Amino acid sequence: MTPVLEARNLKRDYHIPGSLLKKGKTVHAVKGVSFKVEQGKTLSIVGESGCGKSTLARMVTMIDPVTSGEMLIDGQKVDIAAEPLSSDMRSKVQIVFQNPYGSLNPRKKIGDILTEPLIINTKIPAAERRDRAMAMLKKVGLEEKHYSRYPHMFSGGQRQRVAIARALMLNPRLLVLDEPVSALDLSVQAQVLNLLADLQEEFHLTYVFISHDLSVVRHISDDVMVMYFGEAVEYGSRDQVFNDPQHSYTKTLFAATPRVDVEAIKARLERRKRA
Amino acid sequence: MTVIESKAADPKLAEGKAPPSGLSEFWFYFSRNKGAVIGLVIFLIILFVAIFAPFVAPHSPSVQNRDMLLVPPVWQAGGNWGHILGTDAVGRDILSRLIYGARFSLFIGLVVVTLSVISGVLIGLVAGYFRGRVDTFIMRIMDIILAFPSLLLALVLVAVLGPGLLNAMIAISLVNQPHFVRLTRAAVMTERTKDYVVGSKVAGAGTLRLMFLTILPNCLAPLIVQATLAFSAAILDAAALGFLGMGAQPPTPEWGTMLAEAREFIQRAWWVVTFPGLAILITVLAINLMGDGLRDALDPKLKRS
Amino acid sequence: MSLLEIQNLVVEFQTASGPFRAVDGVSLKVDEGEVLAIVGESGSGKSVSMLAAMGLLPWTAKVTADKLLFNGRDLQAMSDRDRRKIIGKEISMIFQEPVASLNPCFTVGYQIEEVLRVHTDLDRKARWDRAIELFQLVGIPNPEERLGHYPHQMSGGQCQRVMIATALACNPKLLIADEPTTALDVTIQKQILDLLMKLQAEHGMGLIMITHDMGVVAETADRVIVQYKGRKIEEADVLSLFESPKSVYTKALLSALPENAVGGRLPTITEKLTDQQIFEGAVR
Repeated sequence: MTPVLEARNLKRDYHIPGSLLKKGKTVHAVKGVSFKVEQGKTLSIVGESGCGKSTLARMVTMIDPVTSGEMLIDGQKVDIAAEPLSSDMRSKVQIVFQNPYGSLNPRKKIGDILTEPLIINTKIPAAERRDRAMAMLKKVGLEEKHYSRYPHMFSGGQRQRVAIARALMLNPRLLVLDEPVSALDLSVQAQVLNLLADLQEEFHLTYVFISHDLSVVRHISDDVMVMYFGEAVEYGSRDQVFNDPQHSYTKTLFAATPRVDVEAIKARLERRKRA
Repeated sequence: MTVIESKAADPKLAEGKAPPSGLSEFWFYFSRNKGAVIGLVIFLIILFVAIFAPFVAPHSPSVQNRDMLLVPPVWQAGGNWGHILGTDAVGRDILSRLIYGARFSLFIGLVVVTLSVISGVLIGLVAGYFRGRVDTFIMRIMDIILAFPSLLLALVLVAVLGPGLLNAMIAISLVNQPHFVRLTRAAVMTERTKDYVVGSKVAGAGTLRLMFLTILPNCLAPLIVQATLAFSAAILDAAALGFLGMGAQPPTPEWGTMLAEAREFIQRAWWVVTFPGLAILITVLAINLMGDGLRDALDPKLKRS
Repeated sequence: MSLLEIQNLVVEFQTASGPFRAVDGVSLKVDEGEVLAIVGESGSGKSVSMLAAMGLLPWTAKVTADKLLFNGRDLQAMSDRDRRKIIGKEISMIFQEPVASLNPCFTVGYQIEEVLRVHTDLDRKARWDRAIELFQLVGIPNPEERLGHYPHQMSGGQCQRVMIATALACNPKLLIADEPTTALDVTIQKQILDLLMKLQAEHGMGLIMITHDMGVVAETADRVIVQYKGRKIEEADVLSLFESPKSVYTKALLSALPENAVGGRLPTITEKLTDQQIFEGAVR
């Protein structure tokens, strides 16, 4: 079976133009990353700020062109620098952003936000667009009465549901989730993670899940890739990476993650008493 | 060390209640500013008087009464109730002229603001969206326009186009327009990189759709505020041009022109100069107060959404 | 005597839709050398209550309390002038956004010196030495050189260290840390938390840690207060909170942690709980 997404040695450079006194320079944001994701699976990309994971997300979502390397979606090669994207291809990959407060147009009603992708990419008549948007609202756990409200009337979790609904309106194959739960409260985070799992099962969706939160990654992923300064330092199945990390950075990352189990707390209190 | 984070004062979202409608929320913040409410009331009165001028004004603005030259206002010795604010040098009723003058001032404000907003927003949108050379080119031209003292530039333009109300309005629009270009450009630049714009792009939205349907509606709040301020500035500029003989021509009852005509009587008959001046002052002040209130009402909204 | 004692604190804001009660009858005590974590989701009033206690809220807020004592002195009865002498000197605060909390126009050295100038009577030379000492304390290498840097020349983690140094400048008795690591990466978070705990232990300060992150609570706190919609839901020492949470809400919150997930789904009990149930299930 062809993987939904395959990346071969992807690179992305940014050129910072120089001025009179400074010479321009090139920043290598992503330095040759390869991976593939099968249908219905979740690949998590983990790393800290500046490691290139968001740049990678923008490349996969076809917002930014790749500098070099090959990207195949459903076995088909994509290069937005060379040729404009067909709306068919466009519909295959959609994205959900981290900040639900910035990702919805504040001047548009939820209904308009949801139907916009259909207006742009399809010739579906207005009545059916409305029906589809209504159905999708219910899928993500919202109600029909929310259709004609504005984003500022919703809580963060509800907005993230709307953002997910919008991404799904075009029936994409691949969903890029750029830190979708890190701006949410704990209980809301759990709800959204459950929703993502349900939707994946129902629509056979493929996820690229970008996160810095290891506990969430461990919960949701099939495969994990750890990035550090634009390079993939660790790539493997979830159990492989979590049980037997190879790279020293991965180990540092695991050691730095706060632990909430009772044993760890006991040990800490013990150390504190001794000190 | 006394930083108060904005998140501390955003209790609305946490609330379970349905949020108030946009209009009532707007009114809540607007009405907190007492000056703005006073400004609004005065502006509405002026608007009413201007629209119904033929019914409100006691006399015709252009009929000259040779028996009643330079009659003082009613509360001074020699004044009478027929001419509450007195008459001018050719015996025209000042109150009536002021009332008809309000029509001109509001009309000038409206036309100037419409012209400069439409052209300014379009140019600013293009500059802010495309950036690069287009942006540099546009902004340098705007800088050149801004480098001239605005009244001087308007004067030169009117001198070239020929004096008259229409030409004065065109000139003032041109002088006002760079402010809208800058404001729109700045707003577009901040909105352009936001996630919802990228999201629209990923959904396949084209350039025009992104510019006009996605970005522009989110840049409107500061533009509305600037438009009210430009409205008053336009009235002021038109009055100045009129005073200098380059705007509306006599016998048009335009406030600035009235001032110019009355210049020579400033020693003998103070009311001929004072009342048109007061009319300009009160109108401009009222609109500016209103603009302040608008800013108060629209800005927190911007932050929240 | 407790370092900070608050009884029945109420904070109300005036909004477009009428008065809104952000904090509703919260009481707490912190002792010297103790780490108290206040944990809650957004809208729980955890930051507002601390800002209110320090008198840092905008004028739209109405603050009332039965008791508001710092070191036995009544903060409410005090004049603004006297309160300012305490805040920044004996009580310090650090915030979530370290880069935004520093003034971008001045060097970090100037900003530390300013605090020392206001709150101490050290002379110029002594202030400079103290600033260097503070930078060493919070683990910034090359303090002499670093003091001359502007905030934008430093990373988020470094800026948070500067903030901590500024907060510690006058040896405060109480440090309030409002989400100090939320904006930082995991590895930097670890460093900053370790630093805070080390300094707290060395100086015997009281430390109030405001956070939404159960992980941070588990790594730092002695005692924990759980808040929900402005009310206190549970107060317990850290071990018993994680081992055997008493209130319905805390149980639900802990079960929502991905670490505690069993199988593919996370339990989302809070979704089904009404406010009424949560408040009734509170254990105070």
